[in-house]
Amino acid sequence: MFSAAAAGVGVAVTAWPFIDQMNPSAATQALSTTEVDLTPITPGQQITVMWQGKPTWVRRRTPEEVAQIRAIPNSELKDPQPDQERVQKAEWLVVIGICTHLGCIPNRDNSGEQGGYLCACHGSVYDGSGRIMRGPAPLNLAVPPYAFLSDTLVRIG
Amino acid sequence: MRKIIIAAALTLGTVLPFGAAQASTAGAEPPHVDFSFDGLFGTFDRNQLKRGFQVYKEVCSSCHSLKLLAYRNLKDPGGPEFTEDEAKALAAEAQIPTLDDAGEPTTRKGTLADHFAYQTTPQEHATLKGAYGSIPPDLSLMAKGREHGPVYIHALISVGYEHEAPEGVTIPAGGNYNSIFPGGVIAMPKPLSDGQVAYAEKEIPQTVDQYAKDVSAFLMWVAEPKLEARHRLGFGVILFLGIMGVLFFLSYRRVWRNVDH
Amino acid sequence: MASGPSTYTPSNGLMRWLDARLPIVRFANDNLLTFPTPKNLNYSYTFGAILLYCLVIQIVTGIVLAMHFVPNAALAFNSVEYIMRDVNYGWLLRYIHMNGASFFFIAVYVHILRGLYYGSYKDPREVLWILGVIIFLLMMATGFLGYTLPWSQMSLWGANVITNLLGALLGTDFTQWLWGGFSVDNPTLQRFFSLHYLLPFVILGVSVLHIWALHHVGNSNPTGIDPKGPQDTVPLMPYYTAKYFFVITVFTIFFAFVVFYAPNLFGHVDHYVEGNPLKTPAHIAPEWYLGAFYAMLRAMDFNFLFIDSKLLGVLTMLGAIGILFIVPWLDTSKVRSANYRPVYWWCFWIFVADYAMLSWAGLQPAGVILLQTGVGADGAPTGFSITHLSQIGTAYYFAFFIIIMPLLGLFETPRALPESIAQAVLGKKRGGGAAAPAGAAAAPESRV
Repeated sequence: MFSAAAAGVGVAVTAWPFIDQMNPSAATQALSTTEVDLTPITPGQQITVMWQGKPTWVRRRTPEEVAQIRAIPNSELKDPQPDQERVQKAEWLVVIGICTHLGCIPNRDNSGEQGGYLCACHGSVYDGSGRIMRGPAPLNLAVPPYAFLSDTLVRIG
Repeated sequence: MRKIIIAAALTLGTVLPFGAAQASTAGAEPPHVDFSFDGLFGTFDRNQLKRGFQVYKEVCSSCHSLKLLAYRNLKDPGGPEFTEDEAKALAAEAQIPTLDDAGEPTTRKGTLADHFAYQTTPQEHATLKGAYGSIPPDLSLMAKGREHGPVYIHALISVGYEHEAPEGVTIPAGGNYNSIFPGGVIAMPKPLSDGQVAYAEKEIPQTVDQYAKDVSAFLMWVAEPKLEARHRLGFGVILFLGIMGVLFFLSYRRVWRNVDH
Repeated sequence: MASGPSTYTPSNGLMRWLDARLPIVRFANDNLLTFPTPKNLNYSYTFGAILLYCLVIQIVTGIVLAMHFVPNAALAFNSVEYIMRDVNYGWLLRYIHMNGASFFFIAVYVHILRGLYYGSYKDPREVLWILGVIIFLLMMATGFLGYTLPWSQMSLWGANVITNLLGALLGTDFTQWLWGGFSVDNPTLQRFFSLHYLLPFVILGVSVLHIWALHHVGNSNPTGIDPKGPQDTVPLMPYYTAKYFFVITVFTIFFAFVVFYAPNLFGHVDHYVEGNPLKTPAHIAPEWYLGAFYAMLRAMDFNFLFIDSKLLGVLTMLGAIGILFIVPWLDTSKVRSANYRPVYWWCFWIFVADYAMLSWAGLQPAGVILLQTGVGADGAPTGFSITHLSQIGTAYYFAFFIIIMPLLGLFETPRALPESIAQAVLGKKRGGGAAAPAGAAAAPESRV
């Protein structure tokens, strides 16, 4: 009985390395989160960082932009979601810069009303919160999980 | 037998009525073009491939690469079949990025082993991306990587640009309307115009339609360089299997001749 | 292994010596040469042999392709094109392997449907059937893994969709374990290649068990009644081997036609676009042979009790495969063959049509409206869509197994069975057709 239990433990312990080897390796783990230093970003400016292989935007919005964005009524949106739910701090927008239509990378479009984004591939227009305004894309730009480690440091992932 | 027919009709009847359904975001149906490589015995027209190569070289190649095509392929059987010297001369025109002995970037003359990958430097990538918003796609497999293949390519670069954008379609800055392209808005400006490429064969019309046909045929060869070998071998294989099938059928009947079954 | 006593007599001293130590010649004799096979098997019974042939083709072409393929996310797509362009006869080997998968599934579907039609899963062939369902599952897994290897747009996003589905059931930790990362990436490709190489040999192993089970209980046959003696059977060699040579050749003609003249018939154009994790294709479709299961998955666009639609879809898809395991116990009819079951006959063919329809629906974009009845608030057409069609198809799929099979056996009146295979064969020869001679209208046998 004890021998059988011992054998069972032995088998389980031996099996573990064979199962665990499939988990993300140390090299992959190292890229699972990205820390972004916010100090060099001036108001109105945006940087692109790579997070888990996806281009991720960190944008410092001006109070005027935020006011304009928050003035858009939910009824005008295809995928209604208030800006407040999409950001942790009104000043900082963190979104994944991949168009939800066919995955092109939209560009900053300063000609637009709210300093939004235009996807050149098929003409989807997003506002300054990454919400879809017009065009074929069905959903707002995705917001990755992130946390402010301090006022000037954010960790994405 | 009657039952089998009913069953087959039942199966097909459920599926066929819906066969015509189409996705709504697709572009317009490209008009049909007859190509020499269609059909079971189709082969490429060598002169057409050479003309198509000329159009690619003079027009498309300024933005689009053909990473899977090497200069040596230009002399391969079943392709445009340039002579070895012609292929070498064409290769030598290319400036291939490399490093000199001091590690500084420089260029060298191309050889037969080099590929048609012009836009390989980061600077060239950045220039194209700035101009068009994205890097123009590699064309090596375009004739197999799109619905309707060469027929689509022909329509896209010829008739696609002939229509004005319909009411309600807004064209963003830097975009062009193309009725064939899915979504209708394409970054590529109209690439071809009549008389743009001077063919050596004077009897061939120098029109957008002809250029588009020739370059589409060329791209089909680039995408499927073994097409002729495949068509040829297939004929022999199926003929052999047919004869073998008859022989096996006769021996099967002979084995069973005395058994009720 | 073979049913019935062995007929092998070693011909000389050396063979007697070997037979006493490793009776391999006896084994081959009993299973490949003298194995008694019902003499009334029609062409639908040859697909087992065809499947073995397909497996050998896939293993042989796969091994040589693996000599050139590079399982690396940056190189895989180009290495496939290298095979197509630069490796001697690489295009041929690759097209055989690629289309071989489709023909493998064509053959397996005929084989499975033949089993359903003739009740080949009934006592005493339950284990034989279950082993077959396991092979079918392994084939689907192998097909899916192989589909990801060229690392095309379709490969990458197909892998994404399917692994995310498993995530719906088992959670993110599971998907990350499966991926070896945070998305489908290089580690995923490498392990998929390893498993794609492994699974065919597992299939081969289970096939041996499948054939062992078959040779232990003997073939079923179109009448569904057991052979009563030598007058009902013929030895496998040369009768059925001759037939196999013929049908395999005919099968190969169809196969060769596709390989040489329509090699991309079953494929999707996005298989010729290199995978790009930043760009989702407009329409992600599985290979045709998995279309029905994909349609059932997408048909579940509603929540049921506390189960959300995504999980419900996954459960439906898994249930559609899982239900095959208990088919032998769902069917309550004592009569095996649908030839003698007039109502089941119709239900069966509607099932075939239903499965074909689902396979088709699974390849279409989900939102396509088939019959427009109106216009929605946003101006888009509304009406009967692919999803609705898939829902009807899914309902019949399950109803066939859990309602029709158990109930029909209780209420259906089967036609009279012939007394023996030999008699059925003679009846047919006299032009009697399905109606057996008057004398044969006896009560169904005790164990049919």
